[in-house]
Amino acid sequence: MSETPAAQLPPGLAAVAADFADTPREMRLELLLEYADRLQPLPEKYAAQIDLMERVQECQSPLYAITEVSNDAVQIHATAPQESPTTRAFASIMQLGLNGLTAEEVLAVSASAPLQLGITDLVSPLRMRGATGLLARIQRQVRAAVSP
Amino acid sequence: MSKVPLDPTAKFQEYATPGALVSTEWLAANLNTPGIVVVESDEDTLLYETGHIPGSVKVDWHTDLNDPVSRDYVGPEGFAALMSRKGISRDTTVIFYGDKSNWWAAYALWVFRLFGHTDVRLLDGGRQKWEAEGREMTKEVPTRAATSYPLSPRNDSELRAYREQVLEHLSAKGCMVDVRSPQEFSGELTHMPDYPQEGTLRGGHIPGAKSVPWKRAANDDGTFKGVADLRAIYEGEKGLAADDDVIAYCRIGERSSHTWFVLTYLLGFKNVRNYDGSWSEWGNAVRLPIAVGAE
Repeated sequence: MSETPAAQLPPGLAAVAADFADTPREMRLELLLEYADRLQPLPEKYAAQIDLMERVQECQSPLYAITEVSNDAVQIHATAPQESPTTRAFASIMQLGLNGLTAEEVLAVSASAPLQLGITDLVSPLRMRGATGLLARIQRQVRAAVSP
Repeated sequence: MSKVPLDPTAKFQEYATPGALVSTEWLAANLNTPGIVVVESDEDTLLYETGHIPGSVKVDWHTDLNDPVSRDYVGPEGFAALMSRKGISRDTTVIFYGDKSNWWAAYALWVFRLFGHTDVRLLDGGRQKWEAEGREMTKEVPTRAATSYPLSPRNDSELRAYREQVLEHLSAKGCMVDVRSPQEFSGELTHMPDYPQEGTLRGGHIPGAKSVPWKRAANDDGTFKGVADLRAIYEGEKGLAADDDVIAYCRIGERSSHTWFVLTYLLGFKNVRNYDGSWSEWGNAVRLPIAVGAE
């Protein structure tokens, strides 16, 4: 599978892509698991009421996400079951790659950015649909948050 | 035949093939028995990396067993190379386990059978039961010596059904078991409950198929029901018989692998094929007959 260079990715996602590119192939799943383990715990209000979040229907496992924009800085909250580590890794990578960016910067991210991270062959194209679906929903939430 | 002894658990002795299952107790006591390789197969490809049964190797349904381009399984070369990498020989006793009540474990076992691997067994209760019992898990990936696995032809004819064969089967009024949820069977949903991303263009079922959701064969702890309960469902209630030519299907063939295992190994049905194209093929294909409703 050909993947376009990661040049157009925002710095946080480019760092993730570089991380995978610099890691020997046989170690990349472990690296993905390290990302899964870095998923931030949900703030109390979302943990108490999951309905406040949006279900990412493209994802095979129950993944919920909500994006807040405050002082023009984006903050993604997401949760997925412990037994779905691949999904947790997708969510964690979006947090690491996009949190703190401006709304404009997040909206400028290519819809195919998840496919440029160097993990497609690792997990299979089928499973990447969850990651691209997550990004699309994050961007829609950001758009809704900043539209007058 | 393998020299690895069978699990003498009383429940298993009632099944048509008593050696097809092993219990968590038996496996825990036999992890170092020569001739065994334990294989984990999951829906989530990273689950193995979070921790697995000591000594087990991972076989991923998508990245290992499927052809990377065509919607098909790997061929003899790919399978032999995979077996070699995993340290599995032709006479190895392979014990499968996984998440989701062993869906993917049963699916992997079925693919191994397509290549004629003889001694395949399933861990009753799968990963769920092993974990629930607090048994040892490790992140350590074993290094197994590569084997020289013979090139073995994939024989689809006995265990796998293609779309055309399902059509022939339909014309002949053969038995079919639809193992999806009742809502998928009726056509109310075009996807599995809780899996909304995996829809098809049309909902319903193959005309004449009987609805027996896979879950009916399993207990809540992921183990298989006893033989009397299974006979009551498939033979008593649905009228299937061990000599019938049966085709099982679901959405992509993983849940129906579970039922294929039940009918073949636990009830001793002689001619059961898994239609892995399943509803994701049938419900998207042009001009194939579809029935809707609960019957």
